[in-house]
Amino acid sequence: MAMNETAFRAIQNRRRFLREVGGGLGMLGLGHLMGREGRAATGPLAPKKPHFPAKAKNVIFMFMEGAPSQMDLFDPKPELQKISGQTLPESLTSQLRLAFIKKDAKVLASPRVFRKYGQSGIEFSDYIPNIASCADDLCLVRSMYTEAFNHHPGQLLLFTGSIQIGRPTLGAWSLYGLGSESENLPGFVVLTSGVGTSGGASNFSSGFLPSHYQGTLLRNAGDPILYLSNPGGVTPGAQRSTLDAVRDLNQEHLGDTGDMEIASRIQNYELAYRMQTAAPELADLSKEPAHIREMYGVDDPVTKQFGTNCLLARRMVERGVRFVMMMDASWDQHTNLNKGLKRNCDRTEKPAAALIKDLKQRGLLDSTLVVWGGEFGRTPMVEIRNTSDPDNAGRDHHPLAYSMFLAGGGIKPGTVVGKTDDIGFNIVEDKVHVHDLQATIMHCLGFDHLKLTYRHMGRDFRLTDTAGEVVKKMLA
Amino acid sequence: MRGVLWTWAAVSAATCAMAQAQPDFARDVQPLLARKCVMCHNEKMAQNGLRFDDGDAALAGSYSGPVIVAGKAADSKLIARVSSTKKGFMMPPAGAPLAAAEIATLTAWIDAGAPWPRTAKATSAARPKTTHWAFQPITRPEPPDTRNRTWGRNPIDRFVLARLEAENIVPSPEASKTTLIRRATLDLTGLPPTPAEVKDFLSDSRPDAYERIVDRLLQSPHYGEQRARQWLDLARYADSDGYEKDVVRPYAWRWRNYVIDSFNKDQPFDQFTIEQLAGDLLPNAGQEQLVATGFHRNSLTNREGGVDRAENRFDQMSNRTATTGTVWLGLTVGCAQCHDHKYDPIKQKDYYALYAFFNRAEEIDIDAPLPGEMGTWMRARPAYLERRAHLLKVYDVERLQDEWEQRMLAAANNLGQDLEWDFERSAVLTMFDRFEAILRTPKEKRDPKDHERMTYWFINHPGPTKGREVIALESIRTDCRRRLNALDAEHPKLTQSLAMMELPQPPETHIAVKGDYREPGVKVEPDAPGFLPPLSAGAPRNRLTLARWLVAKENPLTARVAVNRLWQDVFGRGLVRTSEDFGTQGDKPSHPELLDWLASQFRDDGWSVKRTMRLILTSATYRQTSTVRKELQDIDPENALLARSPRVRLAAESVRDAALEASGLLNPAIGGPSVHPPQPAGVAELGYADSIKWTNDEGAARYRRGLYIHFQRTTPYPMLMNFDTPDSNVACARRRRSNSPLQALNLLNDPAFFEASQAFALRLARESKPDERLDYAFSLALSRKPTARERERMQKFLDQQATELSAHPDQARQLLPLAPAEAAWVSAARVLLNLDEFITRE
Repeated sequence: MAMNETAFRAIQNRRRFLREVGGGLGMLGLGHLMGREGRAATGPLAPKKPHFPAKAKNVIFMFMEGAPSQMDLFDPKPELQKISGQTLPESLTSQLRLAFIKKDAKVLASPRVFRKYGQSGIEFSDYIPNIASCADDLCLVRSMYTEAFNHHPGQLLLFTGSIQIGRPTLGAWSLYGLGSESENLPGFVVLTSGVGTSGGASNFSSGFLPSHYQGTLLRNAGDPILYLSNPGGVTPGAQRSTLDAVRDLNQEHLGDTGDMEIASRIQNYELAYRMQTAAPELADLSKEPAHIREMYGVDDPVTKQFGTNCLLARRMVERGVRFVMMMDASWDQHTNLNKGLKRNCDRTEKPAAALIKDLKQRGLLDSTLVVWGGEFGRTPMVEIRNTSDPDNAGRDHHPLAYSMFLAGGGIKPGTVVGKTDDIGFNIVEDKVHVHDLQATIMHCLGFDHLKLTYRHMGRDFRLTDTAGEVVKKMLA
Repeated sequence: MRGVLWTWAAVSAATCAMAQAQPDFARDVQPLLARKCVMCHNEKMAQNGLRFDDGDAALAGSYSGPVIVAGKAADSKLIARVSSTKKGFMMPPAGAPLAAAEIATLTAWIDAGAPWPRTAKATSAARPKTTHWAFQPITRPEPPDTRNRTWGRNPIDRFVLARLEAENIVPSPEASKTTLIRRATLDLTGLPPTPAEVKDFLSDSRPDAYERIVDRLLQSPHYGEQRARQWLDLARYADSDGYEKDVVRPYAWRWRNYVIDSFNKDQPFDQFTIEQLAGDLLPNAGQEQLVATGFHRNSLTNREGGVDRAENRFDQMSNRTATTGTVWLGLTVGCAQCHDHKYDPIKQKDYYALYAFFNRAEEIDIDAPLPGEMGTWMRARPAYLERRAHLLKVYDVERLQDEWEQRMLAAANNLGQDLEWDFERSAVLTMFDRFEAILRTPKEKRDPKDHERMTYWFINHPGPTKGREVIALESIRTDCRRRLNALDAEHPKLTQSLAMMELPQPPETHIAVKGDYREPGVKVEPDAPGFLPPLSAGAPRNRLTLARWLVAKENPLTARVAVNRLWQDVFGRGLVRTSEDFGTQGDKPSHPELLDWLASQFRDDGWSVKRTMRLILTSATYRQTSTVRKELQDIDPENALLARSPRVRLAAESVRDAALEASGLLNPAIGGPSVHPPQPAGVAELGYADSIKWTNDEGAARYRRGLYIHFQRTTPYPMLMNFDTPDSNVACARRRRSNSPLQALNLLNDPAFFEASQAFALRLARESKPDERLDYAFSLALSRKPTARERERMQKFLDQQATELSAHPDQARQLLPLAPAEAAWVSAARVLLNLDEFITRE
């Protein structure tokens, strides 16, 4: 069977074209072919415009995994002192779903001392004085709620909008919507501290979105990015020569096959090579001045891990990383609340505050949305696993009311949104579902959450599932 | 006083109702319903299964049950809902609420017995009709005539060519022999061909040399592995539970063995289906039929502390229902979990009718010994039992366990009385599914294995010490546990398998209103979806009947869906692109007649996957070159018309396998437990509370195929994820193929790939003469010789590297413990293993 001559000539022309452009002119020519060298001008990670002008360009999400206790940190409930040790009325608890304790568990008052901070006069507990000192920059939401009352489902709902596993996460949606501004770092980076989380990789998965959108873990030890450094014996020069040879042979083959997928692969090898320089440069904190290192506590063994992550987060925002997610675990104080919560605060609250202040002094806070919080809250009732040791008291999971705070890009500073009842059990004003939080984050990034969709299994999916309303009171 | 008030209220309501003239249905009620309710509750859109356009249906009620209680307005949900002002509960949910007078009208009408005059109406008992192509019976179209009568090799080609001719496109020429053998070998085994295989093929001038290659490959034991990989995606196979605890499933692989074996012996797809969905219900079911039911044991299990077990079961059943829908029906059945499907004719009731089949089954772990295990086990058994009995006696286990069981039982019966025992109980319950059932079975009636399990749990979770024999318990926790575990460890194991069994007394299934399992609605019986052919009359409503219905000749979906996936796995794109969705939102087939022809061929020719693959691989369509044709870029950018073969990046596992094979490292063993090749530190640590352990395998296990890599759901092996292995939580019918910088880093710097480069260089030194080395390297990596330009470029690179390394012998030694000139071949191997062509099926 002979081929149609016109068709055959067209292929030959195509080959010649690609060989000339690709092979003849080298990377310069190929660069033109693919847009600006480095950043993906086309392709899935090319920067994209949102639906409307955005306040925030970047997001830093400090995920405090396990559910920090809101009535010991953010939501003072002096009323609990009066009914401490009593059982709550059945009318209140009848619909409550608890993980471990029973509905007749006794009320546990918070031993924390709260006071007002800043001009806004927002109250915070004595465990978080540094975060409190940012009061006038924060929007404290005391009326968060969710449906999930176990960790992994709760984390899925918070990050993917659904308890069903397998949907894309907040960071993946952000990258899908906005693309990446970074020329040589991944657009969605994950930092971890403490122990592993319940959700693991499902908290930064791209779900059914293409895998370019999944979070890349910046590792605490060894290579900051997996497989970043050259194998032993491969010098930087040898690596470059290898890449040149790979590129030339790939270009040759691009000429033969005409498959633009190869052009994309060449581009990705170049990006990988630049990452090899950029990521160690990012992770090298030695050039940060002493006062900044002190501010984040990177040299203090207690704050070192989280402080390093916070400082890295700022450096990533400076370098155009779209979404930084910190996962700190675990805040799941079923037992030893007073000790455990204090330890967590001591490890993290100074660096978290430093991050907000540092972003602000560099003029980055306006364009960076900072979020701090967990997947649900904790009960006003006590959980005791060892009756012979009163110090071991803790609190169970409480999805009906909890607190989170936000700051920066598009968020109203020095505000409190929402109110809970006297014992912090139910919300009485301005309920904010995690879907509403997601809608609001998307809004700050310039998206109508109803319209940022992806077609999968025959229907358009979105982050907020079938719900979500932008919380106007949170917006500047 | 209270009684008086109540009476007054009742009288008052009655008076009011009587005060109003008896409402007339046609004049007062029907227009009201039409205005306020019918928009969402009609034949086409019956929200929550409720209709107000038909009397019988309205009185029958919704998925939640009746909404009108004739004669009792006060008990009727309809009145409660229209009277409410609570958002989310009130009806209608939007728009003006009902006026007080309107509510009074409805109240009076219901109190008067809710008379709904029968009018002539179409009987709605007939099965709903649909015109959607995929729900029509599979036809057997004649292959069309084509102008060109010489190109085609089998009927597939006539369908493809006719379509191309209609667009005035000529097919591409046949690919070179080297491309063909590489393509067929990758497609059928997931591995590249060896240089010797290529050489043999090139020197074979018989007219059917290519067909012989295809036949050889279909007989390769690696064929079953390659087919299994796709089936594992569909079955959301993993080696762990998923969710927070993500507990390892040490015997999940046993079902994988079954899948590989089934494909290798070309088990008919209908039988394969029946065994996996209902092997336990087959008459004379053997061990392998029980192992097969492990298909649905791949759903996730949430063992997080404090989890609601009813919710976990509901999620598992939902996962099984949706998976069955995707895998066999190619439908997004899961969309109907909370409401009627928005686009396809799947009612919420249909969803729970499917769910009901799975709800009748329970999980069970069975012994499924591999050949040779049983004899060893039996021989060791008597001595083991004797030593075990001795230990149990020494530590007085029976008495202490009895006490423990009583405490556990007390905790179960009196929740909240003793917090510490409550906690202990729930800890065991989350990990040991059948704990309570066994606990409530008297010791003498227990299955001995179950009793052994109870003892195991007692010894490992003996409970709080308070008020008990401290010293005895302490020795249970220490010496006894250690000695028993040691004894167990040295006792030969019988391989286990995760299976399903029909419950003797299956629970009823109710619709979960709005998908919330805590809100049971009307009861449903197991059944096939209403818009598809009915189940065979009189057959018991169990999984076996469901499975047989799926593969019945009349079923319009299963054969189409299955054959489309085979096509997709070869051409990178299905005839229906959306291989997971044959519903109205999915793509229409690019070649509808070809799809039907293939489906009918597959079904009527004994459901043979091998024969279908042979048909596809021996077609002229398959044998075309994959060179992109610029003139077709605008007309057919996705190559749906098949005017050429596609270029497709290899699946993650094959990327690894190809590197291992080319370098000679591959361990070609088939089947068996999952392996743990080296994984960088920090990956497993992402898992919950640092509980996930990953111990690198040493020796040959490191070089097994990617298919066998242990898949830990919350912290999967990074290389697999970088190359788009699905996350294995839900069925995946179609993998994505991304192209990312992380893939580049992975291939360049992952120690596993670097090791492959080193081994590749050693292999070159061992197996080829210096002047043939470059040719041999290309044939190992790409199955072909280098072109002149490639040779020139590689030689330049090699010379440069050799010079460089000679100047730095330390570096050279790190690359390879041979001379610097040899070490340069490690660099050359890295180049070849990083080429786009190396990881692409062309």
